[in-house]
Amino acid sequence: MSMNLLDEALGGGGGGRVILIEDCVETSGAFVVHHLLKRSLSNPHSSDVVVFLSFANPFSHYDRILRKMGCNLVIQRDNKRLLFFDMLMLKRADGKKGEELLLALYGEVQKAVEVCLSREGIQHITLIIDDISLVEVDANGSSNLVLDFLHYCYTLTAQFGCSLITLNHEDVYSTVDRPALLLQSEYLADVVIKAEPLATGLAADVHGQLTVVNKGLRLDGSGNSISRIRNFHFKIKETSVDYFYPGSQLK
Amino acid sequence: MAEWICRTLRDGGLEGEHAPALIIKDTIRCPLSSFVFDHVLSQLSSFILSNKSQSKGIVLVALSRSPLYYQQFLKSKGYDVVDSPCWIKALDCYSDPLGWKSKLVESGSILNRDPGSSFTSSLCKNVRDLDNLFSSIIEIGKELAGDGKGRFVVAIDSVSEMLRHTTVSSVAALLSNLRSHDQVCCLFWLLHSDLHETRATAALEYMSSMQASVEPMALPANGQIGNSMNLSLMEQNYRRGKFCVRVKRRNGRVRMMFEELCVEISGVKFAPVSSEDNVISQSLVPKVQFNLQLSEKELNDRAKVVLPFEHQDNGKTTQIYDGRKSLNEDETEIHEKVNSSGKGEIIYFRDSDDEMPDSDEDPDDDLDI
Repeated sequence: MSMNLLDEALGGGGGGRVILIEDCVETSGAFVVHHLLKRSLSNPHSSDVVVFLSFANPFSHYDRILRKMGCNLVIQRDNKRLLFFDMLMLKRADGKKGEELLLALYGEVQKAVEVCLSREGIQHITLIIDDISLVEVDANGSSNLVLDFLHYCYTLTAQFGCSLITLNHEDVYSTVDRPALLLQSEYLADVVIKAEPLATGLAADVHGQLTVVNKGLRLDGSGNSISRIRNFHFKIKETSVDYFYPGSQLK
Repeated sequence: MAEWICRTLRDGGLEGEHAPALIIKDTIRCPLSSFVFDHVLSQLSSFILSNKSQSKGIVLVALSRSPLYYQQFLKSKGYDVVDSPCWIKALDCYSDPLGWKSKLVESGSILNRDPGSSFTSSLCKNVRDLDNLFSSIIEIGKELAGDGKGRFVVAIDSVSEMLRHTTVSSVAALLSNLRSHDQVCCLFWLLHSDLHETRATAALEYMSSMQASVEPMALPANGQIGNSMNLSLMEQNYRRGKFCVRVKRRNGRVRMMFEELCVEISGVKFAPVSSEDNVISQSLVPKVQFNLQLSEKELNDRAKVVLPFEHQDNGKTTQIYDGRKSLNEDETEIHEKVNSSGKGEIIYFRDSDDEMPDSDEDPDDDLDI
């Protein structure tokens, strides 16, 4: 897969990383989730598995979008390279709530991770959660409970070397105090990707800007520290997304 | 100064005194306190291993980072915590803080728990029970310290995580009990102050004898993220910060010290504050391709410019020509002719009071061409 600005900003794959995507109403960060999902499934050696916890959309939604991007989620699911948890369906069946529900959900996730890693050839698992604000709904509004659940998901990165990708909305919380849930997630993430509108407002050719903060200490070939913060614009097209630095026009 | 803090912790408290306690704080704008925590841990380890410290070991209460992280960190510093004789133990409050994994294993949902290592002394399955946590810390510490009078260091990463599960008063009580325990040589903990209310942070500061906070060198100006100046300032805050330490002395005097902190691949470095950086960081002039500031010579020349007519501020009152020559005027004219040194002079009388000085109005406006 060719490298675009987002891939460059994220740096080399590397297991055990926590990536947080923040977006807002004006600029949805869903396209970043789709890009990372495709990236995780694109490993030609098939040593990666994705565990996808979807609280926001059904499987068909992602299938349709990823198909246009050239990735067939049905085949991946059938090959057990994608484990899709449709939380909208599972919740109704279970009847569990609050801590009980999240504990059980975590149990499902760890079981899935253990089963996958016990299969031959599987080396790395990516856990994607879309999205955190809806996990809070299941937690009956308790952000502390959501943080507990997230903490347990983080322990998977230490114990099994999994990567964790979460999406959260910046603007669903009170603006008076920066909420603990968002801040805590930012402290713990290794990479924070923020999708925001342009300061100048809506535009036809540019749909927004991405700011990628990569906290990992990295050096380039000559021993110099690589820039940790990148900011660039993006345009969402039918089958792909263009990323470019401000001012450079893509024909 | 950072070295001074480490030495103070190493030396512990006097007989009958509470153990010195260090709180390391930061905010999301400059989240570098975990590097400082690691640095202090590494320094104290070095003192203990070279027998320069009165403490025999370190009890590390790991809440927000895995004991495996610390094992790898200390290994990178050249300290083998697994095979060599025991001088540091981790109380693992990270892997299963609420006992979820234990419950799942019991119900058969998941297979195994983290096997752990000899570095991890025990697994805490309920971080809400601080009394039990205190007992565990003391038990591990006594094991490390050996005989009855041996002392140990307690490191907590992080108290912010603890505050999520319990009240401020319980955490304060835990810290106070640790400080007053005979065998605790010193104590240090990490706190992200913007995750808590001000009063919670203040209460924990009272529990400490030294407060170290990491602050940004410069704050980005309000405005566009895309501004390259803001980006570079933001980036700087992920790499460098101002390290401010406040120490309460026994006699009540408070001493404040500042250093610059820089995070590199090899670890964190401390240096005296350089005034140059302050000047640069306070400059709000945007980076553009033309010069917006005045040079020294230009400033001097500007100061020497004589302003025209009424703006000279030389004490003369503004005279307005009313079309009639008055006696006063004649006298003034004669007076001026006598005093004139022969040089040319412009005597300006404003036409009318209605006319504002420096009016932009075009005097030819009324012409009908």
